[in-house]
Amino acid sequence: MDATILFSIYIFALAIFVGFELITKVPPLLHTPLMSGSNAISGITVVGALISAGAENVALSKILGFLALIFAMINVVGGFMVTDRMLEMFKKDKKDKK
Amino acid sequence: MSETLNTQQIIIYFVYLIASFFFILGLKKLGSPKTARRGNQYAMIGMLLAIVMTLLNEEILEYTYIIAGLIIGGAIGMLVAKKVQMTSMPEMVALFNGFGGGSSTFVAYSEYMRDTGVGSVPPTTDITISIVLSVLIGTVTFFGSLVAFAKLQGILRGAPITFKGQQALNALGLIAVVVLGAMLTGDYTQEQYLVAIIAISTLLGVLAVIPIGGADMPVVISLLNSYSGLAAAATGFVLSNNVLIISGALVGASGIILTKIMCKAMNRSLANVLFAAVGTDDSTGTSTRGDRSRVTEYTPEDAAMVFDSASSILIVPGYGLAVAQAQHIVHELATLLQDRNIKVRYAIHPVAGRMPGHMNVLLAEANVPYDLLLEMDEINEEFQNTDLALVLGANDVVNPSARTDKSSPLYGMPILNVDMARSVMIVKRSLSPGFAGVDNPLFYDDKTMMLFGDAKEMITAVVKELKES
Repeated sequence: MDATILFSIYIFALAIFVGFELITKVPPLLHTPLMSGSNAISGITVVGALISAGAENVALSKILGFLALIFAMINVVGGFMVTDRMLEMFKKDKKDKK
Repeated sequence: MSETLNTQQIIIYFVYLIASFFFILGLKKLGSPKTARRGNQYAMIGMLLAIVMTLLNEEILEYTYIIAGLIIGGAIGMLVAKKVQMTSMPEMVALFNGFGGGSSTFVAYSEYMRDTGVGSVPPTTDITISIVLSVLIGTVTFFGSLVAFAKLQGILRGAPITFKGQQALNALGLIAVVVLGAMLTGDYTQEQYLVAIIAISTLLGVLAVIPIGGADMPVVISLLNSYSGLAAAATGFVLSNNVLIISGALVGASGIILTKIMCKAMNRSLANVLFAAVGTDDSTGTSTRGDRSRVTEYTPEDAAMVFDSASSILIVPGYGLAVAQAQHIVHELATLLQDRNIKVRYAIHPVAGRMPGHMNVLLAEANVPYDLLLEMDEINEEFQNTDLALVLGANDVVNPSARTDKSSPLYGMPILNVDMARSVMIVKRSLSPGFAGVDNPLFYDDKTMMLFGDAKEMITAVVKELKES
């Protein structure tokens, strides 16, 4: 095991911890947008896909990158847009009963 | 990280760090309905930063595939996001989880080919292990999600599909992946091992989801959500890219928490959901068990009078309400009653929809203000001070046996205490039992009024009656 992977594991563990802290505070009201929004965030593989599709490589590898890019972009664009569409619908009571 | 970084790489890494900040800040803002939309926008900014910075990476030499991929993927995503019905949100999320997983598999495999290509630095043991993990989790997520999607969409039947030795086969598959992974680590040039791992992972993904009943899908979607995050994190290990690791971990944690919440709301352990193959087909049954002569049957006219004389009403919506597309008319009823100074609120059970929080979205779409949507723990104390509880298309989540009858399969499941309200009105097509297949004593309670019929038609009739009176 070299130092890089060790650092990566550190970062992974801390991010999981942060994730737990943040997500437990999200009320059930917003769980569906949370899911579609976090889904869009998991489309971060787009970063890897871009490199696979564009870097010096054999053709098959680039095609895999291309497919990965399409999948990840569906996730990113679709996920963020649908989440926005949902959150736009959440409105407070205008009449505001006393 | 022993190699010295050039200025450009340093800038890229710092921008990735800023992108990670935006993701974390975005998730934090998702914690309140007031800031949630802003939170989603923060996450978008984070993603945009990460993508733009990656495009500037000097490793990227050719842009043909990139431009095509960005346009095709982006267009499909945009189209789906615009067209999808709110009732189909579980299917969409299931499918998107799958794409996330698939993307991880492709990236990991592509990276493997690059590392093992002529003239490249061979992958270290750590990287090979990461590639195996990324391919395993990604492929399981992809095919598991496709099965979940097919079940939700009704392409595959919702009932558990089981056969003898299924779990033994799963265990065998996992062991095979570990062995093949170890062999690949021993000799990274043996590409056929990686192909075999993908084939077995495909089988594992399908086998993991087919034995799970339609009613348990909310748990499965949450779990696959978590997997899609973990797959992204594993890809991050392959590429030694921290923004992938951080984002993947955040999503992984989120999915795990939602899975836990869903399991708790159904009073089941995760192991029970995954392996017990509980439930039948989840399409609304038409079997009429139960004795109609023992219930108090009401007409919409009678019901309108009951509403008019109540001063506080709690509406308990279930998925049946969404199936009947009755959200809008229910909101109209609620507004009508509020205008007569009747206090109307909604009590939402965690598993009221088909994914976590689904019912809230469906009601928000019908313009119900979110401050009237109260979750189980907030509202359960208040049923006893409520004149009328109106149950629409919900059954198991209001079954008092869960609290009182130790022999009931529902026993121990947290329910909405509808039976404690002064009176109860239930709109339902028949006396047929819910997902759990057990009778509901609430139907036969003296204070319960039954309205037999489609929720939308019934409420429309009540609204008409109220408007005329």
